[in-house]
Amino acid sequence: MNILTQISENLQKGNDELVEALTQEAIAKNLPPKDILDHGLIAGMNIISDQFKAHEIFLPDVLLAAKAMYAGMNVLKPLLIKDKIPSRGKVVMGTVQGDLHDIGKNLVSIMLQGAGYEIIDLGNDVSPEQFIEAAKTENANIIGMSALLTTTMPVMKKVVALLKEQASAGAIKTVVGGAPVNREFAQEIGADAYGFDAANAVEIVNKLSGH
Amino acid sequence: MRPTVKFLNNELIEKIISEARELLCVLGAEIHNDTILSMLADHGAKINCGKKHAFFTQDIIDKSLSTVPHSFKLYDVLGNETHHFHDYNVHFTPGSAAITILDYKTQKIAKPSTIDYVNYAKVINQLTNIASQSTALIPADVPENISDSYRLYLSLMLCEKPVVTGAFTIEAFAIMKELQIAVRGSEKALAEKPLAIFSCCPTSPLKWSDVTSQNVIDCARHSIPVEFISMPLSGFMAPVTLVGTLISHTAETLSGIVISQLSHPGTPVLYGGSPAIFDMRYETTPMGAIETMMIDCAYNEIGKYFGFPTQGYISLSDAKLLDAQAGCESSMGAMLAALAGINNISGPGMLDFESCQSLEKLVLDNEICGMVLRMIKGIESREDFPALPLFEELLKEKHLLIAKHTRKFLRTEHYFPGTVIDRANRARWESEGATTLWERAHQNVLRLLKQYTPSALPDSVKKDLTDLMQQEARRYGMNTLPEGCL
Repeated sequence: MNILTQISENLQKGNDELVEALTQEAIAKNLPPKDILDHGLIAGMNIISDQFKAHEIFLPDVLLAAKAMYAGMNVLKPLLIKDKIPSRGKVVMGTVQGDLHDIGKNLVSIMLQGAGYEIIDLGNDVSPEQFIEAAKTENANIIGMSALLTTTMPVMKKVVALLKEQASAGAIKTVVGGAPVNREFAQEIGADAYGFDAANAVEIVNKLSGH
Repeated sequence: MRPTVKFLNNELIEKIISEARELLCVLGAEIHNDTILSMLADHGAKINCGKKHAFFTQDIIDKSLSTVPHSFKLYDVLGNETHHFHDYNVHFTPGSAAITILDYKTQKIAKPSTIDYVNYAKVINQLTNIASQSTALIPADVPENISDSYRLYLSLMLCEKPVVTGAFTIEAFAIMKELQIAVRGSEKALAEKPLAIFSCCPTSPLKWSDVTSQNVIDCARHSIPVEFISMPLSGFMAPVTLVGTLISHTAETLSGIVISQLSHPGTPVLYGGSPAIFDMRYETTPMGAIETMMIDCAYNEIGKYFGFPTQGYISLSDAKLLDAQAGCESSMGAMLAALAGINNISGPGMLDFESCQSLEKLVLDNEICGMVLRMIKGIESREDFPALPLFEELLKEKHLLIAKHTRKFLRTEHYFPGTVIDRANRARWESEGATTLWERAHQNVLRLLKQYTPSALPDSVKKDLTDLMQQEARRYGMNTLPEGCL
């Protein structure tokens, strides 16, 4: 079996140690890092994503695969940087100011990481300024905000408004989510997208990042 | 601990049984079958031949009760064990013998045809929470004389599950027995591995027609299991009180047991029924009434008191469409029946006072059955003690989504229903088409029909079944079986 197929299949099984070893082996065989990424790791995650949507597998299977993806990415990352292959994207994540509920945000972070994104997790109770500052410093292209309380939702609006005042307006996209948040609210505050669950958040971030 | 529900205490059960026995001895039962009257006379019953009336004795009741098996098994068409009727084991089976089918597109009822039956058999073959098939529809495109055997034929050809069925005439029993023997290979093999249960229904109050009583003894002679379906109606054909209805049900069921056990001691039977209250406003027999369900659970307790396996027509609805009433009545029934430990629960798919089957409802009911089957497994400790290590892991990892403990127990602790049950958040539900339950159920029916794979019954057996059925059809003037029958 082709080594890239092996990487994909073991990633689907959530076998992180083997994915790491196979990625090293693929590098040793001089396979282009971009091919290992696209036809090994991401190919496996795409299958996982389809199976999850079809209810064939559940969240733990996705997260295990994501963990395996992460293990492979860790090996691959220096080579991708060396080859100047742009990363899949960098996302600043956080639960908005006044809100300490970070379960949903953590789940989205894990799923995005599994999909190959670099996550800058600011934790919870994050002020609008902290979101903007982190996005600029880290050169992130997306800010992901989460809220569980209706009282903290207005912070999302502040972040979007503040971002529009920046010179980099438009370069950094905003994605919002959380139990009380909906598509209408996202449109109302001018956010670029709304994700209704973690799997959907990955799809949306893919779309905003042009993948 | 398996959760249970009880409506009667032993003192009340004993009183009900005692009164029922007295009814059988003092008032007797009307039995329109000379063979049975003669058999009862031979065992000491007083008979009034002119009025076709038999007065039972305590002795023959005791003698009959002593030979009823306390458990028995059923096997699918391939000979695999699928049912063990005993104790608090429960198995679901679709409601049987509907005279109409609810059409998804028009939302109107229609007389079922062969293609409807074929579709039904293909769907029920794949519904994992419903352990057996029943001959759930009466196809209207064959002569009435073969409508019972024809549905059994289609069931045996298309679905591997054992069958709950019944004969509409005395003559039909022969071909229905032959079809089963063709599957098993011999009469002895059929007796060793029962494939079907025949429903036999007395008429309230305390009457047995020639056909149903003959069916009882024909089944007994060939060791084919029978379920007695006594149908007293509270306030109409039985006392209005639930206890009074239970006395009536007990007397009728005991009379069936006597007929069966005196004909062939040891014949497997299910202590079953389909009693109902009578709704004095609409002149109907609501199967979804809570009192109907209470009577079902209670007679099941009486059956269990005797030590016999039980059956009940419960977990069905009187609604006309797949609406909230359908879900509410079916769920209440399924849950109560399972808690009560009714061994063979008949009802899934059925609407409109046991007259209408719906494939979409069958798909929904399969999920109700799945949830209920999960519920009766109860709450058990599964590597939960000591709790400290797992909570330490939670605090360290910040979640338990990929913990070994989660992965080990997720699929057994939680029942995951199919897509007919909507558990998406609103935004996802909207993005997936904002479907109604009715639409999702239909999508599932279409999927099941598409992915159906034929029964693994050997082709040679299928040919034998078809030869037998064609021969029977010709006897009643039908030279070829309906198109699309297979």
